[in-house]
Amino acid sequence: MSEAAASAHADHGAHEPAGFWSHYVFSTDHKMIGRQFLFLGLFMLIIGGILAMLIRWQLAWPETEVPGLGWVPEPTMYEGIIPPSTYNMLFTMHATIMIFFVVMPIMVGGFGNFLIPIMIGAKDMAFPLLNMLSFWVGAVAGVLMIASFFVVGGAASGGWTSYTPLTGAAVYTGVNWGINLWVLSLFVLAFSSLMGSINYITTLINMRAPGMTYFRLPLSIWSLFITAILLLLALPVLTAALGMLFFDRVFATNFFLPAGGMPLLWQHLFWFFGHPEVYILVLPAMGVTSDVLSVFSRKPIFGYRAMAYSMIALAFLSWIVWGHHMFVSGMNPLLGTAFMLTTMVIAVPSAIKTFNWLGTLWGGSIRFTVPLLFAIGFVSNFVIGGLSGIFMASTPVDIFIHDTYFIVAHFHYVVAGIIFAMFAAIYFWFPKMFGRMTSHTWGVVHFIGTYVFFNLTFFPMHFLGVGGHMRRIYNPMQYEYLEQFGDMNVFITISAFCLGLSQIPFVVNFIWSLFAGEKAPENPWEANTLEWSAPSPPPHGNFATQPQVYRGPYEYSVPGVEEDWLPQDRPLGAAAATGH
Amino acid sequence: MMSWLPENVSTYGGQIDYLFYLIYYITAAALILVTVLMVAFLIMYRQREGRKAVYSHGNTALEVTWTVVPAVILIMLSFMSISTWGEIKIYAPPAEYEVRVVGKQFNWDVFHPGPDGKLDTEDDIKIENEVHVPVDKVVHVQLQASDVIHSFFVPSFRVKQDAVPGRDILVWFEVTKPGQYELPCAELCGFGHSGMLGWVFVHTPEDFEKFLKENQDQG
Ligand code: HEM
Ligand SMILES: [Cu+2]
Ligand SMILES: [Cu+2]
Repeated sequence: MSEAAASAHADHGAHEPAGFWSHYVFSTDHKMIGRQFLFLGLFMLIIGGILAMLIRWQLAWPETEVPGLGWVPEPTMYEGIIPPSTYNMLFTMHATIMIFFVVMPIMVGGFGNFLIPIMIGAKDMAFPLLNMLSFWVGAVAGVLMIASFFVVGGAASGGWTSYTPLTGAAVYTGVNWGINLWVLSLFVLAFSSLMGSINYITTLINMRAPGMTYFRLPLSIWSLFITAILLLLALPVLTAALGMLFFDRVFATNFFLPAGGMPLLWQHLFWFFGHPEVYILVLPAMGVTSDVLSVFSRKPIFGYRAMAYSMIALAFLSWIVWGHHMFVSGMNPLLGTAFMLTTMVIAVPSAIKTFNWLGTLWGGSIRFTVPLLFAIGFVSNFVIGGLSGIFMASTPVDIFIHDTYFIVAHFHYVVAGIIFAMFAAIYFWFPKMFGRMTSHTWGVVHFIGTYVFFNLTFFPMHFLGVGGHMRRIYNPMQYEYLEQFGDMNVFITISAFCLGLSQIPFVVNFIWSLFAGEKAPENPWEANTLEWSAPSPPPHGNFATQPQVYRGPYEYSVPGVEEDWLPQDRPLGAAAATGH
Repeated sequence: MMSWLPENVSTYGGQIDYLFYLIYYITAAALILVTVLMVAFLIMYRQREGRKAVYSHGNTALEVTWTVVPAVILIMLSFMSISTWGEIKIYAPPAEYEVRVVGKQFNWDVFHPGPDGKLDTEDDIKIENEVHVPVDKVVHVQLQASDVIHSFFVPSFRVKQDAVPGRDILVWFEVTKPGQYELPCAELCGFGHSGMLGWVFVHTPEDFEKFLKENQDQG
């Protein structure tokens, strides 16, 4: 990292030898571990993105040669043409990587690690060694997942939901070790998340600075707290189900096969984990968005308590809505009605959050920085994704749109929309993480390209879905009623490619700023939360003296205070403020 | 957006479309409201010299309003959906004609009752990927799968139901217009999932007689 980090580290680091390995690789510093998770996630984002482009190529120009891929050996590709079995691997691995190796590592692993201690005024996590282990166990999971591309038979191809019996025995997909490794990788990853979540929860309960009450926590920390609890409770369900699936595949135990078990049991277990998982993904994005909107509106967040309580409500409700993924699965239809009601109810806290974000903008003095733009982008996408969810919640409508592109549009507006919050977080905390500023101009270019092409890519997918275009199909041209959608698929694919190209300014900006960006001051955004009282980047141990917290995180534009911000750790009446 | 919906030809499809339209108008209104407010706020409250942001932590009356209004609309939508759902998936009317459809990698095996009108008898007519049904009659489909999960989807009937190995699931529909309708599989079932496609032939009474006659000797 920068010299500032290195020298600050040397000042502070009497207790730890500042070797390369212990500093950059096997570090126990929460900030380094956070950066490691960030880089892991960004690397995987490139892979997941390339897989998405290949999917889109096939859908626009089915069974034609992908330029430049003629060298890929059979049976993965045939002279550059993607066969159906490979297509199934592409969307399975795209989704798995995006969810488990991009959004989770970056939002939960990366920002969770970087932000939790420093925003609550602690020196580090409660269990630094466990924290390091969490990253390296996660990295092993990543290696297993990538390795699965190279085994005989190819990677997993049963969808990221891995429905049994299709994945319960190798005969049905023709993929043996690919799916076994997929299962093992997620099994291992669950331990990484467990270690992380225990650490987050312990740290948050025990290590808050004096004065940092629960209702003075920034909302990004609230969101990570709730996420950690969801992780702790949801992942064991997945782990158990994966263990059983592995036994089915390897020892023919038939837990999820009709001969002795039940195919639908897998779906219940998977979605009992899966729906809380969706909130594990989206809550940190909501938290970050709340913080960024407040800082750049120069206004307190609108309805702080409602924001915290609505996240708690989402977390509770997320346990009783899983059946909305199974309306037409053969589950008892009476249950469908019950799950429809709970699902409609869970939309309410999301609506509250949206309106509170609007309320935060209202009456503000909005600074159009790059993080603000991306936070607005997240809200805008989340609104569309939230509203399209209502179609699916209505059981009769879901009969028609289930497993169509309407769903693909919906979940990309929500889960891929998280990418906007991720970028907001990266641009916002980059100065703190790396001690340098990023380029505003290139950030704006990145935002415009990403926002425009994101919508051009995913909005038309609603139309495909309304037309009955199934998801997970290799070649839409095999269906007469889908022939009319050929042009639209080409349009979507071209937009997707442009969306991919729009990430080049980000990569360049990121790398260039890392080494040559303008040096960041302590508090470049004039923000209130504690991390901005530490040097950029903060040394090992974060703060020179233990911060004392006097107020909530959102005291912007307080009447009677000269500046329009008032840090959480600044005593009023001291020289800096005019006081009353 | 609605012009993309395939033509509906089943008795209950209209109710699904009605709910679809209703939700469409409600969500479109909400989307427009939120977007307009957001854009307006971004323009009106951009940073300007000499203006300080309003110092406000919220407004309880407003917050209660925007909790209660969406809640009422959503609960109302649920109750409006319940009867249609019940009609389609719970309370099937008595069968006037019955077929069995078995999903397997990567075809639909379809068993029609022969002239005796009963399944599981000598004269059953088995055809791959073709379902033949009479128009204006309540048709029951016994939906099964022999290997993995498939999904019986007829876009024009607004019907979709997963076929689960080890289960026998009842699907019903009544079609109001003779014709030929595509029956894709809608659940990932392996490398041949894409292109797993059948057809539903909806016959006029005369045509249906003809179909039965032509297939009489098949056993
Ligand atoms: C770079 C932008 C992206 C593009 C162009 C893209 C495109 C696609 C496409 C074409 C599919 C296949 C749909 C199908 O035929 O079923 C898909 C599936 C999926 N994508 Fe993305 N995607 C992108 C980013 C993301 C991100 C960031 C996430 C999550 C964080 C994500 C999550 C998923 C999931 C969960 C699936 C479902 C896969 C399955 O059916 O098993 N995507 N995406
Ligand atoms: Cu869900
Ligand atoms: Cu299929």
